[in-house]
Amino acid sequence: MIETGFLISVLSGACIAVGVVALLVGSLGLLRLPDVYCRIHAVGMIDTAGASFIILGMAIHEGFSIVTVKLLLIGVFLFFTSPIATHAVAQVAFKCGVVPVGRNMVNGAPLQKTSKSAPKLASKTSVKTRGAS
Amino acid sequence: MMIVALCACAVSMIMALVRTALGTTAFDRVLAVNAIGTLIILGIALHGFIMGRPEFVDISLLYAILNFIGTFAVLKLFSTGSLGDKPPSRKS
Repeated sequence: MIETGFLISVLSGACIAVGVVALLVGSLGLLRLPDVYCRIHAVGMIDTAGASFIILGMAIHEGFSIVTVKLLLIGVFLFFTSPIATHAVAQVAFKCGVVPVGRNMVNGAPLQKTSKSAPKLASKTSVKTRGAS
Repeated sequence: MMIVALCACAVSMIMALVRTALGTTAFDRVLAVNAIGTLIILGIALHGFIMGRPEFVDISLLYAILNFIGTFAVLKLFSTGSLGDKPPSRKS
């Protein structure tokens, strides 16, 4: 039979490893993705997957105690508040007029200030949406 | 494994710090600071476990609450122009 301590250490190590992978992938995405709205996905990955798995690994490592209760409290708090925070960032960014990459429109109107190659795309998309609506 | 996780926290904190320095809009910086706050929470808890004093999770819980409140304060300042002590109709 496998010992319980070995099983617990393997399980917590596996959880922490998954969390570490999520942290590294999320921070790489935060560094490399082109836009605020894309980077929000990466930060959501850090905040939910990475933090939850690392906290779960620490809770398994600790066993039943008051520290585990506090760790799970942190985990539940992060799991519910960080999607709210990223949603608020996206909402305020859109309200303040940050344009998503790939669509040169703000609230259905074409953007005025773009680079040299962008106005053609903007006029095309505006014509399309006007014809559709 | 905890030490590896702490090193990964440090590496991704450095990446988020680079994004904070390079960020093209202010919202990138808010987002990166939020991510750095989450990584600090994890780092404090992991440091407590490595040093054999898991009571550090109290500080970590406090940081979680402060991180959330701070992000929302900065976003409210961006969106309304004040933190709520003055009504915005008085200004205009």
